[in-house]
Amino acid sequence: QLPTGLYKKVLVILHDSVLPYMNEPTLMMDFLTVAYGIGGAISLLALNGLFVLIHQHNLEYPDFYKKLYSLLDPSIYHVKYRARFFHLTDLFLSSSHLPAYLVAAFIKRLSRLALTAPPEALLMIIPFICNLFRRHPACRVLVHRPGGPADMSEDPYVMEEEEPSESRALESSLWEIQSLQNHYHPDVAKAAAVLNQSLSEMEDDISGLLELSAYELFDKEVKKKAVDVPLEFEQVRGLFGKKNDIFGEHFSLD
Amino acid sequence: SNPFEVKVNRQKFDILGRKTKNDVGLPGVSRSKAIKKRNQTLLKEYKEREKTNVFKDKRFGEYNTKITPEEKMIRRFTLERQQNYGKKNIYNLNEDEELTHYGQSLAEIEKLNDIVDSDSDTEERGTLSAELTAAHFGGGGGLLRKKVSSEQQDEEEEKPKSRKELIEEMIAKSKQEKQERQTRRESALELTEKLDKDWKEIQSLIARKTPKSEKKDKEVEKPKPDEYDMIVRELGFEMKAKPSERLKTEEELAKEEQARLQKLEADRLRRMHGIEEQANKKRPSHMSADDLADGFILDKDDRRLLSYKDGKINIENEEEKEEEEGEEEEEEGEEEDNENEEESQEESASENEEDDAADSHSDLESDLESEEEAAGNKEEKKHKGIENESQNMEKLDPKTEAAKSELPYTFAVPESYETFKSLLAGRTIEQQLIILERVQKCNHPSLAVGNKAKLEKLFGFLLEYIGELATLDLPELRTIDKLVLPLYNLCQMFPEAASDSIKFILRDAAHDLEEVIEVKGRATFPGLDTLIYLKIISLLFPTSDFWHPVVTPAFMYMSQLLTKCRITTLQDVIKGLFICCLFLEYVSLSRRFVPELINFLLGVLHISLPKNQAQGYTVVHPFTPVGKNLELLFVCDKEDLKSWEKQNVPLSIVTRLKETSKTEINHIRLSCLALCFDLIKKCAALYESLPSFREIMHPVRILLTQHVPVNEYPEKMQEWYHSALKELENKVKHYTPLICEKKKPVPLKQYTPKIVKVLEFGRKQAGNKKEQERKQLIQRHKRELKGAIREIRKDNQFLARMQLSEIMERDSARKRKVKELLGSLATQEGEWKAMKRKKWKS
Repeated sequence: QLPTGLYKKVLVILHDSVLPYMNEPTLMMDFLTVAYGIGGAISLLALNGLFVLIHQHNLEYPDFYKKLYSLLDPSIYHVKYRARFFHLTDLFLSSSHLPAYLVAAFIKRLSRLALTAPPEALLMIIPFICNLFRRHPACRVLVHRPGGPADMSEDPYVMEEEEPSESRALESSLWEIQSLQNHYHPDVAKAAAVLNQSLSEMEDDISGLLELSAYELFDKEVKKKAVDVPLEFEQVRGLFGKKNDIFGEHFSLD
Repeated sequence: SNPFEVKVNRQKFDILGRKTKNDVGLPGVSRSKAIKKRNQTLLKEYKEREKTNVFKDKRFGEYNTKITPEEKMIRRFTLERQQNYGKKNIYNLNEDEELTHYGQSLAEIEKLNDIVDSDSDTEERGTLSAELTAAHFGGGGGLLRKKVSSEQQDEEEEKPKSRKELIEEMIAKSKQEKQERQTRRESALELTEKLDKDWKEIQSLIARKTPKSEKKDKEVEKPKPDEYDMIVRELGFEMKAKPSERLKTEEELAKEEQARLQKLEADRLRRMHGIEEQANKKRPSHMSADDLADGFILDKDDRRLLSYKDGKINIENEEEKEEEEGEEEEEEGEEEDNENEEESQEESASENEEDDAADSHSDLESDLESEEEAAGNKEEKKHKGIENESQNMEKLDPKTEAAKSELPYTFAVPESYETFKSLLAGRTIEQQLIILERVQKCNHPSLAVGNKAKLEKLFGFLLEYIGELATLDLPELRTIDKLVLPLYNLCQMFPEAASDSIKFILRDAAHDLEEVIEVKGRATFPGLDTLIYLKIISLLFPTSDFWHPVVTPAFMYMSQLLTKCRITTLQDVIKGLFICCLFLEYVSLSRRFVPELINFLLGVLHISLPKNQAQGYTVVHPFTPVGKNLELLFVCDKEDLKSWEKQNVPLSIVTRLKETSKTEINHIRLSCLALCFDLIKKCAALYESLPSFREIMHPVRILLTQHVPVNEYPEKMQEWYHSALKELENKVKHYTPLICEKKKPVPLKQYTPKIVKVLEFGRKQAGNKKEQERKQLIQRHKRELKGAIREIRKDNQFLARMQLSEIMERDSARKRKVKELLGSLATQEGEWKAMKRKKWKS
């Protein structure tokens, strides 16, 4: 057992500086499987090595997608290795042979988690989900269900369910993305509104969006040149002088 | 025309549809035209090339089109009179200033233009006497002289008179003549006067016999005026006494204000939904045009408009205004409008008076009334200008009155931040406000050219100053609270500059944050100044816009703060909650979804719980489910719990946590918790309409229902808790499946030929409109250049021809002269030789 820091370091470089040089990369199988089972950031990192093994060395990993599915928790949008993780997830989900229920479960879970994500992650995940829809047209019922029940009391999707097949994702709709159409960031709102229309054929290129950072986003906004600047027309009456000011209720100027 | 003058440009091929301009030319005609033109212009110039005399037209107003001809003539006449006044003309024989026409004074003629002017007179005057001509024109020819001398033979036979004598004689004669004329005229005048008198006497006799009907009319007119007439007159005057623009009643003003606000609100909504306005890109500015022009910002409080109440003018605060009359000088910018109105009023008033004067019967009542009214209006108007100032003055307490009076009335805009600070240093808040206002007034952009840039700078200084006040050890938040007003006013005047400077601050702050993250791997919350700036943004700009140049970056920055900054102390929690409040305020109108807000509130609730709670929810960055910095808001002291009272969190805590007792800190913690509950409640109310409201609030709900130790809380806290929970629960949610919008069917692609509009044959059509325009311009420039060069060349040829002809002329003249000389010499020589031969012969 390694300390967490070292574990992470090893896993970060494993796939491109260790595995290609080993005679028997399959020997790393156990190590990676264990690492994958630990959970959290380490699992995310182990994913990369595991992918190399599955891809090039015919590793059979039972319940791989189930494990991947369970890896999705709110922190994936906040951790440092977000770009790497979503790059791999994109790869794993690119196969068109995956069953629709699985992809739908992924879509539903990702969008559910997106309700807590920062804007830079949202800007990445929405095109990501759109791409999934393009690859798996069977999942489009999530955004377009003409003959469905008119009124449901709750979302049929079961978030807590570990097994993707049991999550009833295909009976649900993507209300989360609809909620995100009200996001405060104009670009996110626009991106989410794309799902209102039927999708175009071409996949979006998300490689540029994976590494998007909040600061870049801010910088982009600040550098935009405005033609004219709308102004507040309500006359100020002091710092906390607005109507129904929340600050006046809880803060004092002392 | 003459077929021999025509030159036909033959074309090799006939092309259909091509229009040719130059197939037939008239070279001879055009050449002669060109030469003629050159003769008129270039040749003239050439001939006058070494002459420096210029003709100057000094006639008054000759080229001034603004003056009407009559006025011009009048002005010229007065000028002439002024010039001639007091100047004795040495050539004026009559020595008097009277202008005369045919020997008569013009004034006299004007006065009695019907007199005399008898025919005989003109005849006489038309001819010059013989002596006069003799004297003036060198005594005439010999014939005349002879005649004269023969006439006067008997007296002065021996010698002709000297010239001087002659002239003297003539002067004497003319004087005599004049005398005579005058006497004649006087007598004529007397005669006419006498005649007039006689006529009058006779007229009175005639008048007595006038028919009765005429008399009656006069009688009707003379007695006191009819009531109807009076009313008519009155009405007429009332119309005239009214100002050109009707004054608005209070209701109308209110209605207008309401309409304005409604329009602004509609505008805001449109921006909130992010609807692009393509049809008219020029959005109406938020302030009406004249407001911006004179810096008089419309707001409900400061403004008191002239209004009528029950038909009478509302005149308020008369005394106060009079006290402050001295300050009128400052208000120039504002008063401009008023002055205009005043003028128009004065005009109408004076018109009134004139009318009255012209009228035969006086209508005293209405006259008085209207004048009174006009005067009242004027007074009111005059004071309206100072209203703004006086309003502000009123707010001040009497104590500062004395100190305030010492403040100078004019300020220059500070050039640097240091001078700005020194300007405000040591002043009270009220004084600072007055100073700022006066700086604004004195340097209004309409008064001088550079003022705009200066005032724009002032905005930056003010922001910086506010930031400095906020970073003080004891932040002067009350001052900032007041300083926001001038900031708002400046922002209304210069939106671009204001947004730029705020963006600059935001960029700096975000840059700092990013640097800290890169260096340390984690960030800390910024100081109070940044928080205040963020708050100010919400005051200055509409935060509900779909995209806004300032607000959107501010959103981004706040989002970073809530997700990136570590929570290690109680102050961090307060700052975070402050930002949460900001977020809520920003989205209060647009109801936009802010995930960070919910995450943070969840995190705050999480750290208020004791450790090792069972989880049913996940907190996200920057909060961690396990580890240190937990229980930041956890209060277990029973006593403190009991004694807690909800209090407003003082912002100064953010910069400086006083060495307070544990109880107080616990109380602050509880206040934060209460604030958190309230925010959750507000969030719930805000996001109620979102389709996945339940999912968003799910973790919070679980935490609230399962983990919060409600029973341990004091009663007040329980109230907060329950109101928050109530807002979360009992929300019946209906899920309707999503349906895509119907897509327009895309028409099949068809292979119809692409039709390109051909505007002109033989021209290249490539490029878009702009490109084409550019090409056209280049083409035109080329053509013009060629033409100009050709013209210049022709000018040069013309000049050379002229010079050559001059030289030839000169040469030929010289040759002729030489020939003449030689000829004369030859004849001389010949003659001389002949003589010689003769002599020799003889």
